[in-house]
Amino acid sequence: MVGIVGYGSYLPRYRIKAEVIAKQWGSDPAAIIRGLQLNEKTVPGQDEDTITISVAAARDAVKRANINPQDIGAVYIGSESHPYAVKPSGATLIDALGIGPDVHVASYEFACKAGSEAMYVAYSLVKSGEMKYAMGIGADTSQGAPGDALEYSASAGGAAFIMGKEKVAAEILFTHSYTSDTPDFWRREGEFYPRHAGRFTGDPAYFKHIMGAANAMLEKSKMSPKDFKYAVFHMPNGKFPQEVGKRLGFTKEQLEVGWIVPWMGNTYSGSSPTGLAAILDVAKPGDSIFMVSFGSGAGSDGFIFRATDELPKIQNLGVKLRDMLLNNQIYLNYGEYAKFRHKIKINE
Amino acid sequence: MITARYHREIPQRYRLEAGKCKKCGFIAFPHRLVCPKCKSQDFETIRLSDEGKILTFTIVRVASDKFSKQTPFAVGIVELKEGVKLTTQIADVDVDKLEIGQKVKIVFRKIQEDGKAGILCYGYKAVLI
Ligand SMILES: [Zn+2]
Repeated sequence: MVGIVGYGSYLPRYRIKAEVIAKQWGSDPAAIIRGLQLNEKTVPGQDEDTITISVAAARDAVKRANINPQDIGAVYIGSESHPYAVKPSGATLIDALGIGPDVHVASYEFACKAGSEAMYVAYSLVKSGEMKYAMGIGADTSQGAPGDALEYSASAGGAAFIMGKEKVAAEILFTHSYTSDTPDFWRREGEFYPRHAGRFTGDPAYFKHIMGAANAMLEKSKMSPKDFKYAVFHMPNGKFPQEVGKRLGFTKEQLEVGWIVPWMGNTYSGSSPTGLAAILDVAKPGDSIFMVSFGSGAGSDGFIFRATDELPKIQNLGVKLRDMLLNNQIYLNYGEYAKFRHKIKINE
Repeated sequence: MITARYHREIPQRYRLEAGKCKKCGFIAFPHRLVCPKCKSQDFETIRLSDEGKILTFTIVRVASDKFSKQTPFAVGIVELKEGVKLTTQIADVDVDKLEIGQKVKIVFRKIQEDGKAGILCYGYKAVLI
């Protein structure tokens, strides 16, 4: 059996309400909140980035797995906001956790699906027998241009998953990836904010790729949506994951637990992985979980998990995602938010 | 350039590595070559726990250039479970509500940037539990 032996998630404490952003730009808050189904989003502290978020999530993953960090043979961090253009985020993480130096480390990028990519490769290496444990992480501190629709969603957070063969808490039963060249969203080298092709981000991009991976996985597994207790899809806003779930035949109840986006925003590479963490926090042995990520450009990675008897033993060994989401928030006004996110020009 | 010193201090800054005297049990953070209590030079490397409490603190309202965008912020002395005391920034907190004795957890954060193009320096900070 191969699957998740430990997992952890992390969200910064800072928040900004969609209403505050809307008022700043003279937009109608009610229309934005209703249209995007976003109430507020996480904002990274001035001392937080993809590396610190990954470390926080990974530390809880090691605690839950209850393993010697030295036994981890690979660490992959997927993100579109690695703090360095050249210098791997994972190199800092392994030294913070006491992993390595005998370890394979790499940074992954694929817009919002870099995290599920890291998970897939970590899983494959363990499955092949190449190593005992491997860790895949998805984390981001993404930016949306001021006044752009993305500003309501681009948020910060991440989740880490350790794959292994012993004491598996969530077995991975099936995977499937689906990719095509689709220019729905991009950021050129040296540009600060990403660009997107408006309505082109919907059907030809998000829906086509998620449904492509989802349908292939359902066919492979000979399972149907009603066989799952939970489902989670990439969450660029509140609306899209609900809509794609409905098109595939999943119910609102199946999506509810992983649908954290109205209070968290889109954590990009951390989006569906943090949704999965929220599900693992409460799932019971035997529950089947359906997950499909999406990254612009474009592609989707799908996983079918099944919770084992080991899962309840590790759930309380780390911080739970909804505890971070719904407690201890520190709310920012737009000026503080602009300062935190370096949107203000200052003399260095 | 702060690269060389930063690199040397990674074990203590990233994962709270300390030296424990094998003869008398004294914990040196950071590492020392000679035990100040018994003069032994025989240490084992341990990792300190990530929980402690605030012994005292001060609020920095006017900071040096590098930290001027973060004011006001709190710097405190935190005592960890092992009895080791360390000086650290206390992050994510309303500085006016901070109190001596509050329980904290040690977390991994960005400490400073070496200018706009230099390295990023990471290390420990405390947050309230
Ligand atoms: Zn001694």
